[in-house]
Amino acid sequence: MSAAGKETSPSTFNRAELLALLKQELDKNGNLSKAVMTSLADKTGLPLNEIYGVSTFYAYLPVAAAGKNIIRVCGCLPCDIKDARGVVGSIKKELGIDPGQTTADVKFSLEQVGCIGACDQAPAMMINDTLYGNLTPARIAEILKSFK
Amino acid sequence: MAEKRIVLGNCGVIDPQNIETYLAKGGFKAFVKARDKMKPQGIIEEIKKSGLTGRGGAGFPCGLKWELARNTKAKTKYLICNADEGEVGQFKDKYLLSKDPFTLIEGMLIAGLAIGAQQAYIYLRAEYHSIFDLLAKAVKQAKEKGFLKHTDIRVFEGAGAYICGEESALMNSIEGQRGESRYKPPYPPTSGLWDMPTIINNVETLMNVPHIINNGAAWFSAMGTKRSKGSKVFCVSGDVARPGIYELEMGSPLKELVVDLAGAKDIKAVQVGGSAGAILPVRMIDTPLSHETCLGSGAVVVLNTDRDIVDIVYNNMHFLNEESCGKCTPCREGSEVMLEILGRLIRGDGESGDISKLEDLARAMALASLCGLGQAAAVPVLDSLKYFRDEYTDRIDQSLFLRSYLGSESYKSEEVVI
Repeated sequence: MSAAGKETSPSTFNRAELLALLKQELDKNGNLSKAVMTSLADKTGLPLNEIYGVSTFYAYLPVAAAGKNIIRVCGCLPCDIKDARGVVGSIKKELGIDPGQTTADVKFSLEQVGCIGACDQAPAMMINDTLYGNLTPARIAEILKSFK
Repeated sequence: MAEKRIVLGNCGVIDPQNIETYLAKGGFKAFVKARDKMKPQGIIEEIKKSGLTGRGGAGFPCGLKWELARNTKAKTKYLICNADEGEVGQFKDKYLLSKDPFTLIEGMLIAGLAIGAQQAYIYLRAEYHSIFDLLAKAVKQAKEKGFLKHTDIRVFEGAGAYICGEESALMNSIEGQRGESRYKPPYPPTSGLWDMPTIINNVETLMNVPHIINNGAAWFSAMGTKRSKGSKVFCVSGDVARPGIYELEMGSPLKELVVDLAGAKDIKAVQVGGSAGAILPVRMIDTPLSHETCLGSGAVVVLNTDRDIVDIVYNNMHFLNEESCGKCTPCREGSEVMLEILGRLIRGDGESGDISKLEDLARAMALASLCGLGQAAAVPVLDSLKYFRDEYTDRIDQSLFLRSYLGSESYKSEEVVI
């Protein structure tokens, strides 16, 4: 188990720690840019394409630059029938962005995602690690305003 | 209306952050019994006799799986609790983990004794990061009580991939790989995590184990049906007055769950099992919920008479196509083409060969896909064609009419609203 602050080197690197390592880099850098991936390849001894392959596979390992706060709106069936599209519309009204975009002030990014496990509170979204359910246009505006 | 509170028994009753509250309710008695009074083969026999089947969707006999791992000679064995819960309509594991992590830990420790696993993981989806610390703290408290001597437990967080709920993709994920499915055989009990015998069980499956050890296999198998024993935790959402989590005896009729308990009205159809789950028309509302009929993971989404079946099937396929790991052609390309056909149908651009194309693809994907995602992706398509075929043929007829009316050169599907 790699402890925080322990230096990784090719001879000591255990591939089981890769996901945790990528997340540590995300906390520091906000996204896994080519520069970050290249430095990880050096540190771990893995080829760059392996780092790239793993990073691009997972939804929570953004490769492109992302906003400080990531909004993830669920579009799956229970949320879709409770107007998940309206949630996306409300967010567009408040922030001016569509899914896949980031606000000009880099405060928010918006993504459309699969089920987040809040089907009984549909429609629902996550902002970073917090879940918000039973959304209405008023509640969405209130939630977004609460992010300074 | 016999709701059960077996698996749900401690939720809202104990403090999930204080092991003493769990111990006060008889917690870890089953583990101590299994550790001090039973042999590993005896634990396996009890689980086999109980008839416990997997609660994550596949419904494989639990005891048999453990026995396969026990009987495989290897220096290291692993146990994984699958807490990836990505299935559409499913939210029971998040609730169970956050309200009663100790029953899960106890179940894992008993499983660890039975199969001889030195290391166990709780694979927690990234979307549930907010309960990571709660789980880690519960594990720490159990360790401090000296319960983790035979099997160490580590909470491992995923990184956002529905397919990592599939056991072979999950193992690849723990190994630091892309979460792609593996070719099978070999199956995990003989060769899994780092090629060692591995058991992967759902949260709910493992949470049944302490109850079975405490109360006996006969108590458990007295509930349920011939092939589906015990109770099941269901998640109900969609067009219902009271969405939420309900625990019922296996074999309970769907009507009891969605109408009596969840308050559904004007039902058109119910999808049982998740994004690739069976679609049952309302006339089948008395269907018993069991492996023999329709069950999957127990995710139940109710659709009222306002809903459009083709739209719903499109939504399912969109999700599955997005989450496909991409490794095998039948799923990667098949889901893409199915999505394209369904997309044209909902936009009013259907063609007369569309239904037979969907049926052909469904057969190919079911036979040839590497894992359950591709194999089951066509289930909603096939069910909806069986029970709601007219919704497809109506769409096609409308599309043909529009094309002939407007002339194919001037016809642009984006301009048309049906």
